[in-house]
Amino acid sequence: MGEVFAYIKHAQGVADDSALELIVAAKKIAPDASVTAVVTGTGADLDTICNEMATVYNAVWKIDNAAMAYPNAEVIRKALVNILPGDSIVLLPHDTFGMDLGPGLSIKMDSAFAADIVDIEGVDGGTLKIVRQEFSGMASTHVTCDISGGAVLNIRPGVFQADGTKFGGDVVDKSGDAGDLSVKRTFLEVVEAEAGDVDITKSEVLVSVGRGIEDEDNIELVFDLAKAMGADVACSRPIVDAKWLEKSRQVGTSGQTVKPKVYLAMGISGSFQHLGGIKGNPFVVAVNKNTKAPIFQVADVGIEADILEFIPELQEAIEAL
Amino acid sequence: MEILVCVKRVPDTSENEIDINSDGNDIERDDLVYSVNEWDNYAVEEAIQIVDKVGGSVTVVTVGDDESEEVLRREMAMGANNGLLLTDDAFEGSDGKGIATILKGAVEKGNYDLIMTGAQADEGAAQVGGMLAAMMDYPYASLVNLIEAGDGKLKVGREIEGGNQEMNEIELPCVLSIQTGINEPRYVGIRGIRKVASVEIPELGAGDLGLDAGAIGAGAAKVKRLDYFVPDTGEGAEMLSGSTEEIIGKLIEYLKAKGGLK
Repeated sequence: MGEVFAYIKHAQGVADDSALELIVAAKKIAPDASVTAVVTGTGADLDTICNEMATVYNAVWKIDNAAMAYPNAEVIRKALVNILPGDSIVLLPHDTFGMDLGPGLSIKMDSAFAADIVDIEGVDGGTLKIVRQEFSGMASTHVTCDISGGAVLNIRPGVFQADGTKFGGDVVDKSGDAGDLSVKRTFLEVVEAEAGDVDITKSEVLVSVGRGIEDEDNIELVFDLAKAMGADVACSRPIVDAKWLEKSRQVGTSGQTVKPKVYLAMGISGSFQHLGGIKGNPFVVAVNKNTKAPIFQVADVGIEADILEFIPELQEAIEAL
Repeated sequence: MEILVCVKRVPDTSENEIDINSDGNDIERDDLVYSVNEWDNYAVEEAIQIVDKVGGSVTVVTVGDDESEEVLRREMAMGANNGLLLTDDAFEGSDGKGIATILKGAVEKGNYDLIMTGAQADEGAAQVGGMLAAMMDYPYASLVNLIEAGDGKLKVGREIEGGNQEMNEIELPCVLSIQTGINEPRYVGIRGIRKVASVEIPELGAGDLGLDAGAIGAGAAKVKRLDYFVPDTGEGAEMLSGSTEEIIGKLIEYLKAKGGLK
């Protein structure tokens, strides 16, 4: 098996949560292997992250280049292809950056690619056995991946919890090996999300609505229930895609991260991107007519029901209190 | 602009409960409702809107069997000009790289400025677009939720964490994976589907695409699915049972106890 590397995502001098999760995943693949953190960027922030990772990983490879001041996946791919050994096992977070980088990196390194890994069962010879999910999380599957010629492995954020283990190693400057970094995609700017009329990140109680609401006209039912409860209305991605509610009400990794005490998931299936936006261990109630929906795996209380019938009845009962 | 959109026929997870068959080697497919992958449908709508503005044509392509033809016709009813079905027994068992290799064969037979895929499909891997771009040496941007066409290049927005949007300039030809919500896909009625029912859709196999048999199919796949299973998820939710009245009574007690009612 080739050398094992973890790509460290960071911004404004702060490492992403995945930085400490990837080493846990890497040690599950190869318990005795030396795992090297690869950190790209430039300037003081880069050094901060490298020094921090040097306390955790067995080694750190630092790649300093002004072209990587913002993590443009196209630029980083070229640097990694030039620097990493051809049969490397490269771990990335399966997020908006890892999805941008991983598939193309695997082609350029002529290695295997496995996406959105939720568990690792081990390595037998040159074969890695992993667990993935398909059909919006409604079915799990064991998958084998031939890693004998190298692999790019995208690991789902949040499933391998940082365990505080610190190996420690030296920072090696690999900047000189980055090579030609010219690409045909240029980063321009990040446009920040617009604020909405309600800041759901501050709400203590959220009634969150998903695809199960079926029609824009039915959204009113959710506002009526929220009003009766003294709660705010949030939603999942399909509701924003359909333009039924504004983006500022969307819970999830591509929307808001909320920390309520109580979260009512109404007709929400519970994709990992949605669940990634719910923090602080709230009391979660899931109401859904599809009992296979992954939301029931994480909810405290579940109710099998059609929300179009359930919501008005719940509202009526609360108003009668 | 000549645009190729890669689409896939998938079980519609918003319409179906997914059950695993008794052998554990597949899902129960007998009563499944299939449709075009939701992300791909947004990609086709976006392609049609671009061509409406700047001219050109939209071709929809899929790798699959005869049944996959129905999603090509659906997208042609939306307004795509041409369909292309890539079908061959040799494609069976291809992994993501195999599918990207097959699509590369189709890309090389055309003269496309822009290739689009959905950001992900039923397997949730989000891989084919990025692989195809790297194979073609085209630039790539994933999770695109805004496109502005320019001269020889595009301005594209990528959805990143926290509701933020990453703006990029990307040279043509390029590959983009499209995120849901980029537009509002138009409705396709039965009349629209009838109009394209008799349009001929060319079929191409491995030989037509000049594909090396060693690069596609189960033999070439480095990533292989072994089974489907229901994970042991620990306790999961406490499912409330009884009459609706009883369920609501129990739920209200919980909400009171947890601070969910004000």
